[in-house]
Amino acid sequence: MKKTMYEKIWDAHLVRASASEVPILYIDTHLVHEVTSPQAFEGLRLNNRKVRRPELTFATMDHNVPTTDRSLPIKDQIAAKQMETLAQNCTEFDIPLYDINSPEQGIVHVIGPELGITQPGKTIVCGDSHTSTHGALGALAFGIGTSEIEHVLATQCLLQHKSETFEIRVDGTLPYGVTAKDIILSIIGHIGIDGGNGAVVEYTGSTIRALSIEERMTICNMSIEAGARAGMIAPDDTTYEYIAGKRFAPKGEAFDAAVEGWKQLPTDEGASYDRTLQLDAADIAPQVTWGTNPGMVTDVTERVPNPADMDTADEKRAAEHALDYMDLEPGTPMTDIAVDRVFIGSCTNSRISDLRAAAEVVKGRKVADTVNAMVVPGSQAVKRQAETEGLDEVFRAAGFEWREAGCSMCLGMNPDTLMPGQRCASTSNRNFEGRQGKGGRTHLVSPQMAAATAVTGHFVDIREFSS
Amino acid sequence: MEAFKEHVGLVVPLDRINVDTDQIIPKQFLKRIERTGFGEFLFFDWRYLENGDPNPEFVLNHSRYAGASILIAGANFGCGSSREHAPWALQQYGFKAILAPSFADIFRNNCYKNGILPIALPADVIASLSQEAHDTEGYRLMVDLEEQAVICPDGTAHTYEIGDFEKYCLLNGLDEIGWTLQYETDIAAYENQNRL
Repeated sequence: MKKTMYEKIWDAHLVRASASEVPILYIDTHLVHEVTSPQAFEGLRLNNRKVRRPELTFATMDHNVPTTDRSLPIKDQIAAKQMETLAQNCTEFDIPLYDINSPEQGIVHVIGPELGITQPGKTIVCGDSHTSTHGALGALAFGIGTSEIEHVLATQCLLQHKSETFEIRVDGTLPYGVTAKDIILSIIGHIGIDGGNGAVVEYTGSTIRALSIEERMTICNMSIEAGARAGMIAPDDTTYEYIAGKRFAPKGEAFDAAVEGWKQLPTDEGASYDRTLQLDAADIAPQVTWGTNPGMVTDVTERVPNPADMDTADEKRAAEHALDYMDLEPGTPMTDIAVDRVFIGSCTNSRISDLRAAAEVVKGRKVADTVNAMVVPGSQAVKRQAETEGLDEVFRAAGFEWREAGCSMCLGMNPDTLMPGQRCASTSNRNFEGRQGKGGRTHLVSPQMAAATAVTGHFVDIREFSS
Repeated sequence: MEAFKEHVGLVVPLDRINVDTDQIIPKQFLKRIERTGFGEFLFFDWRYLENGDPNPEFVLNHSRYAGASILIAGANFGCGSSREHAPWALQQYGFKAILAPSFADIFRNNCYKNGILPIALPADVIASLSQEAHDTEGYRLMVDLEEQAVICPDGTAHTYEIGDFEKYCLLNGLDEIGWTLQYETDIAAYENQNRL
């Protein structure tokens, strides 16, 4: 029988499948961070259970770490306690930890691929919805809740229902100024934030094939913003080249053997998907969100929509709420919207290629007087690489703040937050109400668009800005 | 986990679609290392004003809905972040069941693990139940898990789907980890076979 990549990985990880029960799926890699894990470890202790495979578990601190000077004590005592708790749990259960002072510390979805932990064909879970990021290398990766974290710690397995399969095919050459971020925002705009519910998305087509691994991560990362269980892209030579030489990647003959195995993963020709969507890359323009979820998005050349034009009464009411919260008037050109803050970072867009792209726009220019802008590298390794290339100097010279690695203002658990009423151009993944700070107004954009917005003080069509 | 068989309770309507888990429990409350104490922060940004007073416009603060234990909401309830703090907050506030046209996948899973019943009903049924909850003070529904039905005061029954295993777990308050560990030999065999 012809199978999709998802079905191949699924079948290869079934420990037990009986018609009357939920299948038991084996988990190859479990990533852990400080925010969603403490109650899971506590559950193990209460039930006198052990971590079944600590060596398949990796932990880091990312969500509430400060991004300022790491040599200073952490001011937020509750956050410090949570980090301390993770450290104690990792010691007690013998789990490798990249803590706040580790040279490998970073956002869990940045360091997994960076260290070669993320590999094609693996099942990877983490108590974080953006675990879908790892699908960029041909893994089946998805977010889980804390009860499921405890389940994986105790059993190295999950009880999982099989998802539907959803092929999203993008073909053609990506126009100048249009990025992976614009592709995924455009997809979410097309199918809506629940368009992927119940499905695992596989991104295919010549446009996707031509993307780098880091760009593919941006796409897979936001699969959850369309409600998908996971997003994945078949491995190819780009994937193998990316993995080769990484710390946890197989070496020498073992690597060659692994590649032979990985080559069996892509979806068989003629295999069918439960749902499909086709897009033409030529139709995609730089995207900016206008509302309070990632599906409320439009081309930068467009205007703020009118709620009266929405298809349903529910959507009309949601758009009215959103515009009220965002303090925007229907019909306003997107490029007329001025911002107070710019955030370049998050598991969506904080890798070295994102920083290079933003620095290219910023080089020789200054951040507008009305704007406070910051760059938060996704990991300490990304930060070191950027500094080696002098990108930190480019950003600093332009007036950006240059920070330590972490999730930072993507979700504002650490001190990096918007003040009420502040408007932000952000390279992150969620523009939910209050996400970056209570009363804060978030517009999602690509790193290039964020950089250009920092310079001009308002949204700008990057295609005109650069030329 | 507490077993769930049936529940009769006051219904509160939340007329919003795409309610995300950031709204259900904002991030500043995720720093706790305990599993309890989240109920008072449920829907925090909508529920309280800047000065900390309850927002009189938010539906949970209307006195007629005090003590509500069944929430009716718009489509795609619980989207966004995987934080299990969201069902913890709902449960600790006192909700036993959530009725909506659809739910986000991770949130729905997280509900089952905490003895909350997420019930998907057709949009027109949700709209009419929501209208009743607006129009009729003290409007209560019965949620029957065994029969898989939501029963209205007039006796009308709306049936719903739930997976056999999820139903079994809820009815029995099952410890899923314990359930999986009974297949430890299968897990070990899988590991041996795949040299893991």
